[in-house]
Amino acid sequence: MAVMCRAEGRTLYAALEGEVDHHRARGILAELDRQMDAARPLQVTLDLGGVTFMDSSGIAILLRLHRRTVQWAGMLRVIHVPEQAGKVLRAAGLERLITFE
Amino acid sequence: MKAINEAVLTFLSRSANEGFARTTAACFAAQLDPTLEEVNDIKTAVSEAVTNCIVHAYPDRLGTITMRLRLFEDNILELQIRDKGVGIPDVEQARRPMYTTGGEERSGMGFTIMESFMDVVRVRSSPGKGTAVTMRRKISRRMGGG
Repeated sequence: MAVMCRAEGRTLYAALEGEVDHHRARGILAELDRQMDAARPLQVTLDLGGVTFMDSSGIAILLRLHRRTVQWAGMLRVIHVPEQAGKVLRAAGLERLITFE
Repeated sequence: MKAINEAVLTFLSRSANEGFARTTAACFAAQLDPTLEEVNDIKTAVSEAVTNCIVHAYPDRLGTITMRLRLFEDNILELQIRDKGVGIPDVEQARRPMYTTGGEERSGMGFTIMESFMDVVRVRSSPGKGTAVTMRRKISRRMGGG
């Protein structure tokens, strides 16, 4: 399973695992959408600690999650960003839009 | 310039082959004793180029993707990924950050990532005939390495 989610009230914790590429992006997006629709969270934490590889498909996933979170004035924070994924996300300038911890 | 070593492989444009292609490129590059960061950069660039073929070159059918890996003097690795798909009508526009025709699953950052992670990225495309992306990266020589 590429996405592990835990919702508590209007707080959602989502952890991605393994390789995040175009091959797996559709499944990850669908699962995150489903979780977002169910919880309508005000606080979203995305944990990338288990990601072993990420290409620009990850950028699209983060942008979509950001867009959906701010839709209802929620906050998104991204934690445990591995070095390789961080380099991809920085190349796209995402640190100017999203909080990485 | 004559290549010291070369490998060519052709595979179907199935998304399951994205991981296969980047891992194969990383294995070929291993003979240059790259750092982990260099290996990751190569894998990321290959992933972007192969994904472009799958999403854009063959939008509604399966086709073939050919990856040619070559080594040159001075620790230079060359990766060429080519397809026989629809081609890119405007390469300059396609290389622009955030430009995509791939829908919400795509970020439009594929070429930007390739350009950031490789030393040289050359794109040759003929509408109706296909596209070839050629990338080069000089791998650092590590202390004590041969």
